[in-house]
Amino acid sequence: MTANALLAIIGMGIATYLTRLSGFYLLRGLNLTCRSKAALDALPPAVLMAVIAPVILTTGWAESAAAAITAAAAFFRLPLAVTIVIGIASVVVLRAILG
Amino acid sequence: MNSGRRDFLTGLSEVAPVVVAYVPIGLLWGTLAAAKGISPFEALLMSVIVFAGSAQFVAVDMWNDPVPVVLLTFTALIVNVRHVLMSASLSRHVGGIPRALHPILAYFLVDESWALAERRALQTPLTLAYYLGITLPLAMTWWVCTGLGAMLGRALGDTSAIGLDFAFSAMFIAILMGFWKGAGTAGVLAASGAVAAATHLAVDGPWYIVAGGMAGALYAYATWRAGADA
Repeated sequence: MTANALLAIIGMGIATYLTRLSGFYLLRGLNLTCRSKAALDALPPAVLMAVIAPVILTTGWAESAAAAITAAAAFFRLPLAVTIVIGIASVVVLRAILG
Repeated sequence: MNSGRRDFLTGLSEVAPVVVAYVPIGLLWGTLAAAKGISPFEALLMSVIVFAGSAQFVAVDMWNDPVPVVLLTFTALIVNVRHVLMSASLSRHVGGIPRALHPILAYFLVDESWALAERRALQTPLTLAYYLGITLPLAMTWWVCTGLGAMLGRALGDTSAIGLDFAFSAMFIAILMGFWKGAGTAGVLAASGAVAAATHLAVDGPWYIVAGGMAGALYAYATWRAGADA
């Protein structure tokens, strides 16, 4: 293993860890207004939506339709594993149909 | 059964489908790494020290001789900026876990464990036992499968053929529905989805996650009204 490979791995590790650690201390000691709290409460669904947006909005009809079916399955409060299987199965079928 | 043991087992059962999805992704990353000349030991070391799927895929793509240390470090930082938002959000639910252990929680924070932990916090206070129940299997599966993939070193088939590339999207959609609180949520999701999709189309790289997340939070901030439960 070269020194550069080791340095790159350590550098990537430190950079990644800092992003994961920083959030634990960002809000500490802050007195948040109700409005700021509402914004923070919106972060989890907003980030989740942002993560999946390219797949479900910009990839193709098969992915968009499969996302709608998955959302419907989740809406009926099916268990997580079942919902994921329904999502995978529908994307396979829809890709076959829609090409 | 004591509550710690029960929480740990609950975590194990909830993370099980995600663990299954990690296996082919980890193997695939290992084989790509091997094709770039990364040794099984280096692959395993990276998975243990970095433990970040998307950053590792990008790193393998950029891996060269000589290894571009600064570029890879900076890229890992950019790819993982979304974790600042995720850890900030999660930090509001870790009051029941001793502060000295928060740096350990941070190491195990990946998209999937964060989403499951946020989902859990909607129903019941987050405990260390539950968090370890979801994160330990994910970490161990990632270490083992990436290392194994690098040892096998031959290309796997295309994961999209059996729809596995959709597994994580399906999981995030399912967890997302748990955050639904009415019309206010619809606005947050519309703002986030539109900004994220537009950013993804306009700018290379993973900026779309941060852009969408901030847009959703700003929407909630701007539309907040006293007494209304958005």
